Amino acid sequence: MSKIIIENSIVESNERINSNVYLLKVTSPEIASQIGVGQFCNIKVSDTDYPLLRRPLSICDVEDDKLFFLYQVVGVGTEILSRKMKGDRLNILGPLGNGFNIQDDFETAIIVAGGIGIAPFPFLIKKIMNKNIITYVGFKTKADIIDYGLKNCKYSTDDGSLDFKGTCVDLLKSEGKTLNSKCKIFACGPNSMLRNLKEFCSDKNITCEVSLESVMACGFGICQGCAVESKNDDNYKLVCKDGPVFNINEIKI
Amino acid sequence: MDINLSVNIGKLKICNPIILASGTVGYGEEIAKFLELSKIGAIITKSISLKPRKGNPPQRIVETPSGMLNAIGLANVGLEEFITNKIPLLEKFNSTVICNIAASSIEEYVECTRTLNDFDIIKAFEINVSCPNVREGGLIFGNDLSAVGKITNQVRAATEKTIIIKLSPNNSQISEFAQVVKDEGGDAVSAINTLVGTAFDINTRKPIIKNITGGLSGPAIKPVALAKILEISRKINIPIIGLGGIMNWKDVIEFMIAGASAVQIGTVNFINPFAAYEMIEGIANYCISNSIKNISELTASYQL
Repeated sequence: MSKIIIENSIVESNERINSNVYLLKVTSPEIASQIGVGQFCNIKVSDTDYPLLRRPLSICDVEDDKLFFLYQVVGVGTEILSRKMKGDRLNILGPLGNGFNIQDDFETAIIVAGGIGIAPFPFLIKKIMNKNIITYVGFKTKADIIDYGLKNCKYSTDDGSLDFKGTCVDLLKSEGKTLNSKCKIFACGPNSMLRNLKEFCSDKNITCEVSLESVMACGFGICQGCAVESKNDDNYKLVCKDGPVFNINEIKI
Repeated sequence: MDINLSVNIGKLKICNPIILASGTVGYGEEIAKFLELSKIGAIITKSISLKPRKGNPPQRIVETPSGMLNAIGLANVGLEEFITNKIPLLEKFNSTVICNIAASSIEEYVECTRTLNDFDIIKAFEINVSCPNVREGGLIFGNDLSAVGKITNQVRAATEKTIIIKLSPNNSQISEFAQVVKDEGGDAVSAINTLVGTAFDINTRKPIIKNITGGLSGPAIKPVALAKILEISRKINIPIIGLGGIMNWKDVIEFMIAGASAVQIGTVNFINPFAAYEMIEGIANYCISNSIKNISELTASYQL
């Protein structure tokens, strides 16, 4: 595992993408030179004790010495983050966790993302441009749709306000008859979505890696707060240290 | 000016009063990526029990105002694995190791202590009688004066090394527990373990923590910790290791003034893994500015 760095990073921009999703760009040369696809950073959004903990965010993209984070405002921490402006400083801990494995033998990458679950994929897509890529991406409604950094997108909406009505996994199922062993699925999204996907992958016998989200304090294995049940034995794995990317068969979702 | 940061706790002498608290640095592996452990006063291991414990189901933690609740449930590798794989690692770090022991019976405390007593790397034992997140042991012992007395007495018989009993704040008179520890031959107490707390999701009306309640830590509990330490310090003559929400060197000084001989830092390690270094530097500078030669002069130096 690479070295974990704490870096005082400078906000370059913090752009609102839709009603509650933002794209944060920071200059963070040391972390940017180390971080890999599917890893994450733990960000201190305030200099005070409130909120106390860092906020874990997937790496969305990297350009030279810049880190990109795509995040949804869900609580007090992300709300404070959304008010950061160019020139503000952010204390960032990273790179953390184990990312996607893109070295193995596959010809087509199927990306399956629900909502803000698209966050880790722009960087992944950049790194696998030599492969066929199909992205199945689902949102609640048309107004939520984001295609930032994605490629070859097929959309689903829960309410049918755009394209396929249903979830992105339903969409994948409806189109997925042609999937074969040369395909590999990369997924991120709510647990209900991942459960459906797991079923589909085991039916079709397709390799699938998922990036999990979890509440956590430290991000590097000492607080043990981000436990997820392991499929293979009776123990827990830690999302921060053993993941956040897991083979979908390794864990109980 | 030469500053002496070393302090004594029972037979244990440590190079500075900053100790990494149990359950917040595992067995040292991860935090050693940030800190040279030999430069820290001591490291207290994650609680060791006779058999491995897988811990509580998620969700295990939740942030609260200036604090966090945790219910990890003493997840640990168990005595055998600790001896085989973790002790060699701790030896490599050249750190002063205090081994925290959790158990669900007095016999289990004694067996763990007796077995681990043979390892030179372990310089002291911290006996956890106050975990709020497990049914057996934990608070059942921690709130029972005679149980704390018996455990201290029996563990004392199993080791010559320094024994520290980690006390619960979840009772009305912490000093009575400190008295029992002293009477039964304990060398020191650490105060305080976490406070029992909970939080609800207002949409589902369910507790956010699967275990329903958890232990509250972080700066939110600092004033409680200081008051408990002061209570012990004023009533009982026993070394106190203070902990509870320490975030920076000023907090360390405050805890020592309130009666602590040394301190433990826990939650802050999650946020700033370099915190121990910053505190060691900060307290040394404080001593220089205030012409304090030995940091131990600060202990219980309160002016009431």
